[in-house]
Formats: sequence, C-alpha cells, structure tokens
Amino acid sequence: MKYLALVYYQESVVNAMNEQEWQDLNQECIRCVEKLSGTGNFIIGQALQPVDTATTLKVRNGETLVSDGPFAETKEQLAGFYLLDARDLNEAIQLASNIPPARLGSIELRPIRELPPKK
Amino acid sequence: MSVSAELSAIYQNHSRQVLATLIRLLGEFELAEEAMHEAFALALQQWPAEGIPANPVAWLVSTGRFKAIDQIRRKQTARRYAPMLAEDEEVEPELDAPAIADDRLRLIFTCCHPSLAVEAQLAMTLREMCGLTTEQVARGLLQQPTTVAQRIVRAKRKIRDAGIPYEVPDKEALPARTATVLQVIYLMYNEAYSSSQGDAIVNVDLAVEAIRLARLVFDLMTGQMPTADIAGLLALMLLQDSRKAARQDDNGSLITLEEQDRERWDQSQINDGLQWLDLALAQGPAGVYTLQAAIAALHAQAPGYEDTDWREILGLYDVLYRLSPTPVVALNRAVAVAMCNGPQAGLHLVDELASAGKLERYHLLHAARADFHRRLGQTGAARDAYQQALALTEQAPERAFLTARLQALDNSTKN
Repeated sequence: MKYLALVYYQESVVNAMNEQEWQDLNQECIRCVEKLSGTGNFIIGQALQPVDTATTLKVRNGETLVSDGPFAETKEQLAGFYLLDARDLNEAIQLASNIPPARLGSIELRPIRELPPKK
Repeated sequence: MSVSAELSAIYQNHSRQVLATLIRLLGEFELAEEAMHEAFALALQQWPAEGIPANPVAWLVSTGRFKAIDQIRRKQTARRYAPMLAEDEEVEPELDAPAIADDRLRLIFTCCHPSLAVEAQLAMTLREMCGLTTEQVARGLLQQPTTVAQRIVRAKRKIRDAGIPYEVPDKEALPARTATVLQVIYLMYNEAYSSSQGDAIVNVDLAVEAIRLARLVFDLMTGQMPTADIAGLLALMLLQDSRKAARQDDNGSLITLEEQDRERWDQSQINDGLQWLDLALAQGPAGVYTLQAAIAALHAQAPGYEDTDWREILGLYDVLYRLSPTPVVALNRAVAVAMCNGPQAGLHLVDELASAGKLERYHLLHAARADFHRRLGQTGAARDAYQQALALTEQAPERAFLTARLQALDNSTKN
C-alpha cells in the first residue's frame, strides 16, 4: 500500500536551532531518504519552505480567489512529506518513526486513495 | 450430552478461535463472521445424523472457508487481502495449536490497534474477542446500540482502508502494543465497575469478560515476552472484583471500603489474586498494575480498615506516583496520607489538587474533601463538599451514599 507521511512541527522549534543543529537535521533527513530508497520504500518526498510562504486559493463561481497563508491555522505547521510504499500500516508506522522530525513534531500517516479507472 | 448441547458448548468455547483463523484465511472480518455462522448452521444440520467430527474446530474452519469461497464466487467479489484464495483452495489450512494461538493474538492486536480510537478498540475487542453481540456491547458500555454498531462499522472500515494488518507486532513494537491491549482490558473492567452500579438489568458481566481475556492474553503471550504486567493486571482485577458483593447494600447504595463487611469478600478470588501478584512481583520491577494490585492486596489481607498497613500503602502510592503522576493517583495517595498522618494532612493535599484546577469536576475529589472535613468535625464544610460531589455524579449508588452522608450530618447537628 502507499501512504503519505505528512511531517508537522512548530516552526518556532527549528527557528530556535543554531546553524549547526539545523544543518545536522538536514543531513539526517538526507540519510533517512537514502535509507528508505535503499529498501524500496521511498516513492517521493520533499521538504517545504516555511508556512509564511504559503498561498491558499479556491475557485468559486468560476473565479479564483487567492489569499495569504495556509488554509487552517494549526499549532504545528506542515514542513514536508514522504510518499511511502509499505506492506501495511504497521510497516508504515515503523518507517515513519525513523523520519527525523518525528522527534520534533508529529507525522500524520494517510493511506493513498486510488482514483477509479478512467472511463 | 446431546449433539446440540455439545455444539453450543463448542460455540461457547471455540467460536472465537474459529473466527480468528477464518479472518486470517479470508482476510476480512465481515466475510469471516458470515462464514463462521454458516459453518455452525451446517454443523447443526449435519452432526446429529453424521456424528461430531474428530476435530470439530478444524471442521468448522474448513467448512466456513469453503462457504466463503463459494460466496465470493457467487458474488464475484474481489477480496483485497486474500490473494491466496484462488490458488490455495486445495491446501488444508494450518490448524495446529501454535497457529491457532497466533490467530487469537493477531485478532486482539488488530482490535486494539492504537490507530483506532480507544472507544472503537473497546467495542471491537468485546465484539470480536469476547463474542458479545452489538446489543450486549452497548448494554455493557451503557451506550446506544446504534452508536456501538456505527463505531464497529467504522473501525472495520479503517482496518481495511488504512491497511491495519492482521498480525502479531514485531519484537520492537510488541511491548508498547501489549500495553495498549492491557489498557483496553482494564478499561473494560472499569466499565463493568461503573455500569454494574448504574443499572442492575445489565446481564453482561464485563468484569468476567475482562478477567477471562487477561488470562487468555497471559497464556498466549507466555514465552513471547515478559508477562509481569499481564499478571499484575490480572491480580488487580481479581482483588478488586473480590469485593463486589460487599460494595453495595440492599438498597443499591455504595458502601465504602471502611464500612464493608469483609466477611462478604470473595476469599477464593483474593487467593487467586495474591498468587498472580506473587507471579508478577517475582518477574522484576513492578509496573503500574502490579503496584495497584499490591495496594489492593494489603486491603484484602487487612482484618479491618483501621488495621490496614497504611504506611506500606502510602509507600506504594509514592512509587506509583513516580511511575504515573496523574491527579487520580495523587487523590488516592492523599487518602493514604490522611490515614497515616490525620485528616488535616489529607485535606491539605486534596485542596492543593483542587486549587491547581485538577479534578475539580471529579465527584470523588469532593467526596474525599467532605470525608476529611467530617472527620475533623467541620460539619458545614463537609456538607458543602458532599453537595458539590452530589452535583457531579449521575451514578445512583454514589448518589445514594452521598445523600445518606448528608442526612447523617444533619442528624448529628440536630442532636
């Protein structure tokens, strides 16, 4: 099955890191991706720019409405994502527990819903 | 024994095994349940004439499995988790004792998966592991059957859609996942404790189910991982349950530990509980259940409330509070402090808890405060606290007890 691991943390926590800690965290994430790729569990993933770069848009009556910021104000902000290929939820949990920011914030695991075949 | 009586005994004792194995073979809860019922229905038709097969459980499993395969063919349903069905039809499923034990463990670890809500874990465990009907689960939990039914449907959907596997967790995850299972069992026991007080009509004894389930889990886990916590939980439930007959008077009013007739405590349950406690303590550092069981054991062995070893109990609460610093533990500890150092000391701790905003909506905190004031002869403050407690609980036996205490206070001030 495929699972999307959404990585959340409070940006204030990483903002408070010194340069060395921040670089270490990034290197750790790179190693995590390498490891997940090596075992064939990594499909794709990226880290995201901070939430103050977010834009939200919606289309109403054919009109595109654009605004600043994320759709929902939350205590933790979306910081990145991993699309994982795992046998089942237990394996997905085990894989996601090795994503370094799991120690700082939290990771939401969502099973992927396949769209129905094209008609 | 007639064939039908024997069949109903097999249903009682083995239907959960049959179900657990069918879920593994068929890969889906609902299909497995239907298949199991069809297998029992066929047994009821065939066994009286043809005799009971040598291995009834194996017969029921393979009959259920063939029924399900038939049904899948008829309906042409695609089953996501059972790719083995097509090829393996001729292969006899594994039915030796370890395979069956593993199936039962798989079932409980799936029902108690931490990605299900706690209420759903509880309902699924009662339904699938204990074999209660949805109606019985609802009555046991004092909920509406429709609510419980919905919760179970959603849980089954999540098990399927989120890919919650039907497996015993690997070694690394096993201790944490076992803790979740024990939590569900203890929650089940606590539900029994409150529901049996609220409503006498309940014919489902969740306490019996919880104790039975803990014994089963102990047997299944032995050899797989340390079982001290399971033994501790069993001891705790048995020791608490031993007081069941003494906990309420004929009018349904609650009787406090202090005023219970200790002759009415179930001595065989106490002995059983003490043995499990020894087993738990022999295995190393005591966990939260074992510590609570050790406290319950001191009560169980004391000739009277005043003669209880309160110093030892306080020491155990100190250790328990270090492991589990919750307000409820702090409240219970305050009662032990009062018994060692007088009601003023207990009152001081409880007032601290209350002013920290903890448990201010918990009726037992106010009941404890009331009791300390009463013992100190502070009638007015005691009355206020009993009234606060009364306003915070719906449970009939608790209310009867608190009302009686208020009346006793009024009488004592009149005299």
